[in-house]
Amino acid sequence: MIAIWHFAIARSTSTLLPGPWSVVLGLVDLLQHGLLFKYVVASLFRVTWGFLLALCLAIPAGLAAGWFERLDLALNPIIQILRPISPLAWIPIAILWFGVGDAAAIFLIFVGCFFPLLVTTINAVRNIPSVHIQAGRNFGLGPVTLVMRVLLPAALPQLIVGMRITLGIAWLVVVAAEMIAVNSGLGFLIVDARNAGNRYDLVVAGMVMIGLIGLVIDICMRSLERIPSLRWTYVENA
Amino acid sequence: MHEIPGTNTFPALDVRGECLVGSVNEVTVAEECRKLEVSQLNTVFKRDGKDLSVLSNINLTVYSGEFICILGPSGCGKSTLLSTIGGFSTPSSGEVRIDGEIVSAPDPRRIFVFQERGVFPWLTVEGNVGFGLFKLSSTERQQRVAHYIRMVGLEGFEKSYPGALSGGMKQRLEVARALAVNPDMLLLDEPFGALDSITRLTMRTELLRIWEAEKKTVIFVTHDIDEAVQLADRVVVMSARPGTIQEIVKIDMAHPRDISSPRYLQLRDGISRQIGLAHGI
Repeated sequence: MIAIWHFAIARSTSTLLPGPWSVVLGLVDLLQHGLLFKYVVASLFRVTWGFLLALCLAIPAGLAAGWFERLDLALNPIIQILRPISPLAWIPIAILWFGVGDAAAIFLIFVGCFFPLLVTTINAVRNIPSVHIQAGRNFGLGPVTLVMRVLLPAALPQLIVGMRITLGIAWLVVVAAEMIAVNSGLGFLIVDARNAGNRYDLVVAGMVMIGLIGLVIDICMRSLERIPSLRWTYVENA
Repeated sequence: MHEIPGTNTFPALDVRGECLVGSVNEVTVAEECRKLEVSQLNTVFKRDGKDLSVLSNINLTVYSGEFICILGPSGCGKSTLLSTIGGFSTPSSGEVRIDGEIVSAPDPRRIFVFQERGVFPWLTVEGNVGFGLFKLSSTERQQRVAHYIRMVGLEGFEKSYPGALSGGMKQRLEVARALAVNPDMLLLDEPFGALDSITRLTMRTELLRIWEAEKKTVIFVTHDIDEAVQLADRVVVMSARPGTIQEIVKIDMAHPRDISSPRYLQLRDGISRQIGLAHGI
């Protein structure tokens, strides 16, 4: 792919699009200015907080809604209306509420992550076979221990899959959010490089970094799925 | 009496003693040997606005240490009866008493055993057996876990996850998990239904061996006539819609039972006729 890229650029007449080598030089340039590391950390910081915040709220809410059918019936219309709204549509409101800065970006990631995580958790709880819940109660577990020792572990394999997909969404949203709501991070790098004199080598360098980090995140999440206590599904268990 | 080296005997194992199987069928059974009393139990489900009578006027007394099979066609309410005894469902009227106390919620003193899918797939064999032992100290827990893993013959699989076990092994694991908390009663709901016929026969022998060693009161729901006659002290024959007790058949044969003896065949065919099955196919 890199070879095709190289030859395509070599043959093209456009002077704007960079070849692979100039992108590497661009990355080196960013490294020398200390910007690459700074921007990557800034983006990861926002993703981490937005994602963790969503996780902390969506999992308890999802457990409750999955358990109490009435709560789910009450929440479901709200969820279904808010869920299809792209997190990017929240950008103006995020800036209005939080100003330009980290908080706005974190809020946008939170919005992007919360609903997928909530829906995943509700479904995961719903899919727990009643025999497991019955067995938990039979062995004398109270409400808290039942959640910790049966509901969570039983829902976890599905939650991990949901978390992996959601983290992918978070990584998409952060780039978009950084293009508008903040002045650091990989998304800002891309917009800034274009605005500050058509530095398309840096634009593509930013894109390459986004892709690579996305890959690393996905590999980390996949390695979670290989933990033995998580490596089962109801399908193989049935 | 079971002793694990270095520990006391398990509590509750030493209480019974006198109410063992042999005396159960005699006319005079001491009052305190009545383990379970179901009286005038009725259960009505609402289906599409209509009342559906699932259990109708069930009366049953089970004695301590007895092995009871509840036998009936599917849909006769036998599982509902068992889950009412377990405290998982509430009857519409009537009551279930265990040791004189009205049953209103599940309790670790009576453990429900499902088909093998009831084991927790996220825990190892050890983790499953120790699941209900959270109140014990860790050394005590380890000793009990090891004891029951040995009893059901799962040594060497302590660290395995249920996904790696066969159906019969998962079933034995679930029995071990139930026994580990030292319940007085085991409630088994068609536990061997999903196993192949050879494993099922082995599991019956295993269950009888464990029952004879542990002296638990066992209530075993099945739709298999042979299974009931092979295992039970008494077979409770139920009929469907509404579920009622048709007859309670005493199986007056000692274990191990010769399943080709005239008495066995007589009992089995008697129950078949009772259920309305003609002999021969």
